[in-house]
Amino acid sequence: MPDDTRVAVLGAGMHPWGKWGRNFVEYGLVAARDALADAGVLWEDIGFVSGADTIRNGYPGFIAGATFAQALGWTGARVSSCYAACASGAAAIANARAQILAGLCDVALVVGADTTPKGFFAPVGGERKDDPDWLRFHLLGATNPAYFALYARRRMDRFGATDEDFAQVKVKNARHGFSNPNARYRREVTVEEVLASPMVADPLRLLEICATSDGGAALVLSSLEFARRHGAADPLVTVSAVSTVTPRFPNTVIEMPNFSTDSAAGVTGEFDTAGFRPSIARAAYDEAGIGPEDLDLAEVYDLSAALELDWYEDIGLCGEGEAEKLLRDGATTLGGRVPVNPSGGLSCFGEAIPAQAIAQVCECTWQLRGQAPGRQVEGARVAVTANQGLFGHGSSVLLTR
Amino acid sequence: MAKERVPALEGWFTMDEQAPALLGSRCTLCGTYSFPGETHFCANPRCVGTEFESVELSRRGRVWSYTDARYQPPPPYVPAEPYVPFAIAAVELAAEKMVVMGQVVPGVSVEELSVGVEVELVLDTLYEDDDHEYLVWKWRPVVAHKATGGR
Repeated sequence: MPDDTRVAVLGAGMHPWGKWGRNFVEYGLVAARDALADAGVLWEDIGFVSGADTIRNGYPGFIAGATFAQALGWTGARVSSCYAACASGAAAIANARAQILAGLCDVALVVGADTTPKGFFAPVGGERKDDPDWLRFHLLGATNPAYFALYARRRMDRFGATDEDFAQVKVKNARHGFSNPNARYRREVTVEEVLASPMVADPLRLLEICATSDGGAALVLSSLEFARRHGAADPLVTVSAVSTVTPRFPNTVIEMPNFSTDSAAGVTGEFDTAGFRPSIARAAYDEAGIGPEDLDLAEVYDLSAALELDWYEDIGLCGEGEAEKLLRDGATTLGGRVPVNPSGGLSCFGEAIPAQAIAQVCECTWQLRGQAPGRQVEGARVAVTANQGLFGHGSSVLLTR
Repeated sequence: MAKERVPALEGWFTMDEQAPALLGSRCTLCGTYSFPGETHFCANPRCVGTEFESVELSRRGRVWSYTDARYQPPPPYVPAEPYVPFAIAAVELAAEKMVVMGQVVPGVSVEELSVGVEVELVLDTLYEDDDHEYLVWKWRPVVAHKATGGR
């Protein structure tokens, strides 16, 4: 590892989330131009384009890096495109960071964007009986919310989480995202309203499950040396660590889209029963030498309101079974000890898969710069993002200023 | 004439309707189970096993967690007309030390389930066409709950 693993975040940009129904390339282009302008960097100066793929938009989505490069106008920049499900954005950031830290490029552009169909995410078409993602819909009718609901029910059983706790997460995030110009849903809700919304996958209700959205997000990353030469704005936000870890065997927590967990029958001796999620941010903390006690805010993947509570524990904000208390005490609300999802989270955005992990980093960047009016975490210096993509993709980015 | 009862997917479970079982694999070297069965590599990173025996998994287990599907899942799920919501359970198998998903038999709602409840494997219709009933494994509570469970 290099002595200094930091890279500078020179620019952040987004296309607002919504259900716009237009080509994903347009969202990516708007976000990219926004990030380049924010960085004060010309497109021609970008040495490496790192695209996060979308799998529901045909071939251009599978080679997103080149698609965005062509849309911006070919410049000969080097390119990569990668897919890691919901963690695709973090994987694209990791690729750009590696190029920079290896000295192969000075400044890189990371872009992810998506156009999503209405309703439940379904597997891509065709009859594919060797694809667990296809089979879980066919044999079980197990949608994504079904898996989120298994975790939610388990929290209720093990830790006494209540329907009101889950609703309160939604109320908090709706308040946080209320004034965020990039959020899709900007409306405050009450606990009663959340509890009155239709049950989708017991115990999760419609307002507690994230929607699928269109959106785009982009970052301009550079070496610290380039940032100094460039005269980057003060305070300079840096990416201090990126975690793209996979699970460790045996993973005894059921993961989407699988039919079963690993079997621990062949394991001799002790093993970790906490599953994959707690290892994700831990790898970022270890890499940066920064711990959860140093955090000023976090952006976590609230695919459901209940899952946000799991993340509190998984990123080390509190011990196992203590997330409900943290929520009830207001620690994770703006003004509290460590606000979670000041952007409004997926609750207010809905998910635009390849853009989402990048959007989390955009929000942290704006927070650390003090550029998040209406939702600003005052004096924030350290932020973490956490996310998980199906088929074993961890994603966590640690940012500091 | 009765429709022919066939598995919705070949090779994942036995068709013994009285005592069906999921078909998994067991590594002959380290004893790690897999479901669906594995043929090429052992999931255990400390094991170099390449031979796997096909095994019937335990027919009973305990509910690890559960939910239901109030809205009709998208294709390739083939829903009944009209759509009837169903419960889903993730079930912990003691001997295999693993958790396996499955639908819960019709008529058993989430109100009748809880974490730790003992369930057993049965076969039930997933969907039908003119000539066939396509069967899949489902979990059924061992102790009859209220009037509807344990058919």
